[in-house]
Amino acid sequence: MSSVTIDKAAPTRTVKYGSMSRDRKWALRWSYFFLTLFAIFSLLPPIYMLITSLKSSAEISAATNPWWVFHPTLENYVGLLTSNQFLRFFWNSALVSIFVVTITMLISVPAAFALARMRFWGSATLATGVFLTYLIPDSLLFIPLFKVFALFGDWTGIQLINRWYVLLFIYPTLTVPFCTWIMIGYFASIPKELDEAAIIDGASWFQTLTRIFIPVALPGLIAATIFAFTVSWAQFLYPLVFTTSTDQLVLPVGIITTLIKGDVFNWGQIMTGALLGAAPPLIIYAFLMDYYIAGLTAGATKG
Amino acid sequence: MADVALRKVVKRYDDVEAVRGIDLDIADHEFIVLVGPSGCGKSTTLRMIAGLEDISDGDIMIGGDVVNDVPPKDRDIAMVFQNYALYPHMTVAENMSFGLRLKHYPKAEIKARVTEAARLLDITDLIDRKPKQLSGGQRQRVAMGRAIVRNPKVFLFDEPLSNLDAKLRVQMRIEIKKVHQKVRTTTVYVTHDQVEAMTLADRVVVMNKGRIEQIGTPNELYHKPATRFVAGFIGSPAMNFIPCRLEEVGGTLQIRLTDRIAFALPPARAARYNSLPRTEKLLLGIRPEHLTESHAHLGPGIESFDTVLDVTEPMGMETLVYFGLDGTPVCGRVDPNAGAKDGAPMRLAMDLNNMHLLNEATGVVL
Ligand SMILES: Nc1ncnc2c1ncn2[C@@H]1O[C@H](COP(=O)(O)OP(=O)(O)O)[C@@H](O)[C@H]1O
Ligand SMILES: [Mg+2]
Repeated sequence: MSSVTIDKAAPTRTVKYGSMSRDRKWALRWSYFFLTLFAIFSLLPPIYMLITSLKSSAEISAATNPWWVFHPTLENYVGLLTSNQFLRFFWNSALVSIFVVTITMLISVPAAFALARMRFWGSATLATGVFLTYLIPDSLLFIPLFKVFALFGDWTGIQLINRWYVLLFIYPTLTVPFCTWIMIGYFASIPKELDEAAIIDGASWFQTLTRIFIPVALPGLIAATIFAFTVSWAQFLYPLVFTTSTDQLVLPVGIITTLIKGDVFNWGQIMTGALLGAAPPLIIYAFLMDYYIAGLTAGATKG
Repeated sequence: MADVALRKVVKRYDDVEAVRGIDLDIADHEFIVLVGPSGCGKSTTLRMIAGLEDISDGDIMIGGDVVNDVPPKDRDIAMVFQNYALYPHMTVAENMSFGLRLKHYPKAEIKARVTEAARLLDITDLIDRKPKQLSGGQRQRVAMGRAIVRNPKVFLFDEPLSNLDAKLRVQMRIEIKKVHQKVRTTTVYVTHDQVEAMTLADRVVVMNKGRIEQIGTPNELYHKPATRFVAGFIGSPAMNFIPCRLEEVGGTLQIRLTDRIAFALPPARAARYNSLPRTEKLLLGIRPEHLTESHAHLGPGIESFDTVLDVTEPMGMETLVYFGLDGTPVCGRVDPNAGAKDGAPMRLAMDLNNMHLLNEATGVVL
C-alpha cells in the first residue's frame, strides 16, 4: 500500500526537483554576477594602491597609463621600512591596539556576563543603554572628550593630551559597548541549565564565567576581539585630534601628517604606508575568518 | 545520603503562586516522583530543593538541616536536567569530573570515581568523546554520571527522559531504576508522565495547580485515589467517570447510571455508601479494565448490561471498546476474541467491587 503511494509520487517529485534546481541555477548566476561586481568595486582601490606603491615618484607624476607599472621599484617600501619614524608609527599603533583589545575584553566580557545572566535591578535597561552609547558618533564626541582631558590635565597636572596612551582611554568608548553587546547576545544563547549545572557542581560566578561561558562562547569572543582590534587599528579622528607630536602618532595619522608636506603629496609612500598598515588586520582576518563569520551570524540571530 | 523535608513551602512569582504550600517528607534512600500536568509547579518545587530558586515561604530541610539560605553548591545535591546541560567543550570524563575538580579532589580519586560511574552506566568507551558526538540516550547517561560521581546526599531529576524517543525512554527508565537500586541515593524525580511515575517511584506525589493532591505508593494511587484528579490522572486509558445517583429499592442500595441501567451495590460497598444523601450528585469512577465482556458465570458484585459500541481499538492483547451512557463517553477493555465490532451491540460486565464513588461537586472520592 505504501510502496504504491511512493511509486505514484516519484515522477512528480523528479519534476519538482528539476524546477528547483533550475531556480537554484539562476540564483547562483545572479549571486556570481553581483559578487563579481562587488569584488571589482572593493578590490579596485587596493589594486590601484599596490600599482602606485611600486612606482617611482617620477613615474607617478608622468602622464603614463596609471594602471600599469613600466619601471617597478621597491624604493617606497625600502624607504618606509628603514624610516625610524614610520616604524615608530607602526609600533604606536600596535601598542595602542593590543592594549585597547585587552582593556576592552577585560571590561566587556564580565559586563556582558553580568548583563546576560545576573538579573539585577535595571539590568535590561543597562544592556540597552550600553548599546545606545555605541550609536553616538565620534565626530560628536571628540570635542567634549578633548575638553574632559584638558580639564583633567589642569586639575591633576597629569597631561594626557598628545600622549599616545590617551587613546587607551578613548578607544574603549567605541569598542566596549559594541563588544559587550556582541557578548551579551552570545552569552544569552547559552542555555540557562548550563550555568545552573555549573553552580550545582560548585562553581562560583567567576568560575562559571571562566570555565564554562568563555570557552563555550569562544567564537563570539574572537569576533569581538577582531572588532576591537580593527577599530583601534583604523581609528583616525581621535588620534588626529588628541596627538600631534610625530613620536606620539599612530599609523593612519602618521602617514597623512608626515607624507603630505604642504601641498606636496608623496603618493608612492602614502600608498605603500597604507598597504603596509592594512597588512596586520588582513593577516588576523585570514587566520580567524571562520570564527569571525560564526561569531557575526550568531550575534545576528541572538541579540 | 539524607532525608529531605518540605514544610509549607511556597513559591510566589510576581503575580502567580506557582507552589502553594507543600508538605512532604522524603525518607533516606527513597525514590520519590513528583508527577502532574505541565505548569503544576513540579519543576519549581525541585528547583527550590536544589537552591536554584529562593523559597517565598516555608522551610526545606536536607538531612535535618534547614537549607533555605544555603547556596546550591553547599547543599550537596546533584541535578539532571531535561536538556542534559552537558558542558559542550569538555569530554565526557571532564564533564563528569568537573564538580570534583572544583573541589580539588585528589586526581587518583577523581579517576577512580569517574571510572566506576562510567562502568555503572556502561559509557566507558565514550569517556573521551565530546557531548556533540553522543546520542541522546548517551548524553543522558553522562548527565547521570555527572550526578553519580559527586556521591551527593540527594539526586534531583527534572524530566530527564522527555527528550528521548519512546523506546529509549523505556530503556533509560529501567536504567535509572537499576542505578538507584545500586547507589540507593535519595532521589526526587519530576515527570509529567504517569507511567514513568508509577514504574520508578517508591512513592508518587501527585501535584495539581501548585498543591499536592495525594501522596502514596503507585498501587495506593491506582487503587485508592483520593480525588477525581488523581483518579483521572493515574492509569491509561483513564478512569471513566459516569454521572449516577444512589437509590433504595426494596431495602437494597442501588446505583442508577441511566434510566435503563441500575445495579445493586455489593454488600461492602452498600455499607460504605449507605449514609450518603440520596439526592447528592455523584460520579461512578470505574477503570476500563473493570468493564469487560460479559459471560455466563459472573462473580458476586459483577453486573452485566447491554450497550452499542461506537468504536473499537484492537491493541493485540486486548481490545478497547468505546460507547456512550446517556451521552457520557465510556471506555472498556475486552478480550480480543470477545467479538467486539464497531457499531455492534455488546453485553458488557462491570466489576462493582472495584468501583469508586465521587462527589461530583468536590471531586472527593467517597
Ligand atoms: N521564572 C518564572 N516567573 C514567573 N512564573 C514562573 C516562572 N517559572 C515558573 N513560573 C510559573 O510557575 C508555574 C509552575 O511552573 P513549573 O514549576 O515550571 O511547572 P511544571 O510542573 O511544568 O514543571 C507555571 O504556571 C509557570 O508559568
Ligand atoms: Mg517542568
